[in-house]
Amino acid sequence: MATVDLDNIKKRFGNTEVIKGVSLSVQDGEFIVIVGPSGCGKSTLLRMVAGLETISEGELRINGQRANEREPMDRDIAMVFQNYALYPHMSVAQNMGYGLKIAGLPKPEIAAKVAEAAKLLQLTDLLDRKPKQLSGGQRQRVAMGRAIVRAPSVFLFDEPLSNLDAKLRVQMRLEIRELQSKLGITSLYVTHDQVEAMTMADRMIVMNAGVAEQIGTPLDVYERPETLFAAQFIGSPSMNVIEAEARDGMLHFADITLPAPSGITGPVMLGVRPEHLAPDPEGPIEMQVLLAEPLGANTLLHGRLTSGAGFTASLPGVHRVAPGEGALRLSIEAGNMHLFDAKTGRRIG
Amino acid sequence: MEKRVTFKGWLLPLCLIAPQVVISAVFFFYPAGQAVWQSLFIPDPFGLSSRFVGLGNFEYLLGDPYYRSAFVTTAIFSTLVTLTAMVPALFLAVLADRLVKSAGVYRTLLIWPYAVAPAVAGVLWLFMFNTRVGVVAWYLGQLGYDWNHVLNEGEAMGLVVVASSWGRISYNFLFFFAALQAVPRSIIEAAAIDGARFWRRFFTIVLPLLSPTTFFLLVVNVVYAFFETFGVIHTITSGGPQQATTILVYKVFSDGFVGQDLGSSAAQSVILLVVVGLLTVVQFKFVEKRVHY
Repeated sequence: MATVDLDNIKKRFGNTEVIKGVSLSVQDGEFIVIVGPSGCGKSTLLRMVAGLETISEGELRINGQRANEREPMDRDIAMVFQNYALYPHMSVAQNMGYGLKIAGLPKPEIAAKVAEAAKLLQLTDLLDRKPKQLSGGQRQRVAMGRAIVRAPSVFLFDEPLSNLDAKLRVQMRLEIRELQSKLGITSLYVTHDQVEAMTMADRMIVMNAGVAEQIGTPLDVYERPETLFAAQFIGSPSMNVIEAEARDGMLHFADITLPAPSGITGPVMLGVRPEHLAPDPEGPIEMQVLLAEPLGANTLLHGRLTSGAGFTASLPGVHRVAPGEGALRLSIEAGNMHLFDAKTGRRIG
Repeated sequence: MEKRVTFKGWLLPLCLIAPQVVISAVFFFYPAGQAVWQSLFIPDPFGLSSRFVGLGNFEYLLGDPYYRSAFVTTAIFSTLVTLTAMVPALFLAVLADRLVKSAGVYRTLLIWPYAVAPAVAGVLWLFMFNTRVGVVAWYLGQLGYDWNHVLNEGEAMGLVVVASSWGRISYNFLFFFAALQAVPRSIIEAAAIDGARFWRRFFTIVLPLLSPTTFFLLVVNVVYAFFETFGVIHTITSGGPQQATTILVYKVFSDGFVGQDLGSSAAQSVILLVVVGLLTVVQFKFVEKRVHY
């Protein structure tokens, strides 16, 4: 049970600043997902919380107490690594009990705790096996088990599902989330997969180039992205972004005119999610469809606007479009348009 | 379809294995055969004739207290050399592995002694510890210790052990260092988060992961101590004082070429061959079982 506070945390490697000041307050029992593309600094941020990287500037508080200088073992955390980092020469039971053994617990107590965790994770039959005799999903479970037997204040996950196949990933996603809410342990979870972020997070941090672009609940970020980056990173397929010009209360782009929110003039970036477009013979947006991707429940239509800009629409049901077959007219509700400053990329309406 | 590549003719395969067979035959099978053959004879004191004695040479050796003490000497010597060559190497490798700055410089310096030939290393150590002109011996004298490996058996053994191990430390260091670098960082980090401090991590996680390397080095170093330390012993002590540093290989040389008893010398090499064969089998059978994880 713990709160974690990051206060303007920075990380420098020599002269390169890789984390440029991240602040966050994690509530007790909250599940926070840190999401971003490769190299955005999300793993570095997690490793700083774990104590595996030093913090160059700013303060980290666990349960309100400064933890910058504390060794990893003194932070009362547990971490699940991307490659699981199981001890190859130890059995599953020894792997899970290692931390307790170091802590000097009596053997029967270790065995009891390991058995309890193993039951929770359905590992009871595997306790005598070595890691190399386990499948990927089982290793993942052992890594989880090693984290939970110690009953830490904070769980840290570093892309724990990225080595699993797609189906198992969906299953483990649910299991991790269930387990976390059952145990009520504050968690930080790093991933590059926006679906994982959307489905698992209480709140998420969208990171890009060492900066937290947006911190909020998944639906917040989806419905009201604060920056162009967050808008395009979250949501699948990703948001259409078109250069547009706002004048006289109207938005102009590619022969298309739409009503603009009041008080905005000059060049802007217009963001439209593919799933918010609806086919409408009277609609203002005209799109030349080049390719259709039928997904069953819906169909992705990829094409171009009259200006030549790429555009994607996601329509419910099945739409059969022969290649090069003419235009499709679409409409959009005013409430589903996102406007961003053309220079800074920040949300303006 | 035939998956394996097969050769129809017999000439090409023969040509391909011929070099190896010829080398083995000339430098191993022929001398080994000669040794076995000669071990059955006793030459006269002038080497002009020899007399067949069957297993007489072996019989005599097994009853010879000097030969039995050479066995004990060899056991002590090879144990000490293996330990002295491996433990500091591992320690240095662990330290070098922790370095961030100028790791390359330290690494290179640590590898240098390996480039020194054993006999040359022996001479270097001999000069340093020479009872009359040696630097180290002189300083020890200043400290009130009267160093004399020419007379003192323990000191003689210590000196040949150090001189034999010194260059091997570099060799072992190289292997340990490479093995340490191959230990996944995240496993160490996981252990750190699990609460294990540096030396605890080293003994419970790192050392077990190094065991394949350790086993390999154990075999290589024991074989080295048995056979390749001849040059060092010959230059420093010539097996003395009082045969205190006469290991089996040295005794083969001194009995055969100094004492001119070729029959006994041949019998000793045959015994040595059997001993090393057994030792290797034992190492692979029993030690290797504990190595795999």
